[in-house]
Amino acid sequence: MSEMRRVTAICNGTAIDHIPSGHALQVLKMLRLDVGRSNPISMVMNVPSGKMGRKDVLKIEDRELNQEELDRLALIAPKASVAIIRNYGVAEKRTIELGSELINIVKCSFSNCITQNNREPLPHKLKVISSEPMEVRCSYCGRNQNVDEMVDYII
Amino acid sequence: MGDLITMDDLTNEEIIQILDEANTLLPVARGEAYLPLLQGKVLGNLFFENSTRTRMSFETAMKRLGGEVLNLSTIGSSVAKGETLYDTMQMVDGYSDIAVIRHPRQGAAQYSADAVNIPILNAGDGAGNHPTQTMLDLFTIREAHGSLEGLNVMMVGDLRYGRTTHSLSHALVRFGAKLTLVSPKSLKMPIEIVSDLKSHGADINETEEMISSISSADVIYMTRIQKERFPDEDEYNKVADVYKLDASDLVEAKNQMIIMHPLPRVNELHPNVDSTEHAKYFQQAFNGVPTRMALLCRGLGIEVPKKVK
Repeated sequence: MSEMRRVTAICNGTAIDHIPSGHALQVLKMLRLDVGRSNPISMVMNVPSGKMGRKDVLKIEDRELNQEELDRLALIAPKASVAIIRNYGVAEKRTIELGSELINIVKCSFSNCITQNNREPLPHKLKVISSEPMEVRCSYCGRNQNVDEMVDYII
Repeated sequence: MGDLITMDDLTNEEIIQILDEANTLLPVARGEAYLPLLQGKVLGNLFFENSTRTRMSFETAMKRLGGEVLNLSTIGSSVAKGETLYDTMQMVDGYSDIAVIRHPRQGAAQYSADAVNIPILNAGDGAGNHPTQTMLDLFTIREAHGSLEGLNVMMVGDLRYGRTTHSLSHALVRFGAKLTLVSPKSLKMPIEIVSDLKSHGADINETEEMISSISSADVIYMTRIQKERFPDEDEYNKVADVYKLDASDLVEAKNQMIIMHPLPRVNELHPNVDSTEHAKYFQQAFNGVPTRMALLCRGLGIEVPKKVK
């Protein structure tokens, strides 16, 4: 059975396919869609995928994610494919881009970094050292970040 | 532009040029010549953490070049009232032409550089970097060995929190040094630094044992186990006195081998080493003056003459 039959088609919104298996909840958290929203969200996890073996899929109704939001995904699901759905059809395909620096997306996790003082006003900045494997380092203190835990430090 | 936050801000050619300039400025550093290159300039000396040598040598360097110094310490300033670093730096930006900053939090120097327009020199950010110390260390090494190329360097002690060794190791591997990193397991060099060093093709040996490497070393760089960086005293006590270098340990050492230490020392370097020909740490501390003179000139875009009368 294909994953498309597990969840009904949505009229308007955003479909995110090819999320690494088991990471859909992290994606929602990264997009800040996990709490305090009323948009209907459908999620399938661990479904078979020709490309990836297993994958997760998310469909977010009545919400078109913008590029800045999608670029947050690069940390968790750099190869996800994103479609903007309008009137049951794919209106636009968007790609996820991992830039060279992540500005105000994730905080440095190091307890002695200067950015730990919440009152300091400059943006949080993390440098992308490499994408495969993902290696991300605070632009201020130089500490490598634990990529799996970064979702806990989103801004 | 004139910032110095980590050693990555300097190319090898720039390092050599700054060391040459520092060498030219030696008579000025000793007070034998007066060269007011920085007359009319003001240095903001910002120490949010204790310092003896770094603060004083920057102050001397600025004054010997005819400049003025503003000192800020956390006691008696608005920092104690909870002012952010960003706000403090806005004041410094207005009151001085260049600033030196030492701060207990890692990343504070880069943060300051992003916050203001004046050049920032990192004088130690937590357990991060200490590049002006590295420059005086390199000056001392070159003074003794005539070159920075291909030396066998031992770094001993707290390599985890020791910012002097973080910056110095980065610089030395760029000049082809072979590094022997001696530390207790709990105080090993951070993995991101070791990985950076190895990606530069560095030859690195990590060990817990000090004595057996002494005979092949060109430089032994001792460091203090820093009590103030430990979360609790029990952890500190476990490793406090693991390395103690004594004059009797040096019988097999090469004649030219030098012993350095960023100071202050506690028990890791016995005073009986002071009178050996290997001891260079007091000379090293003096070398902070000419080196920091050259760094202040670089930061302010002031050319150092080739000769001092």
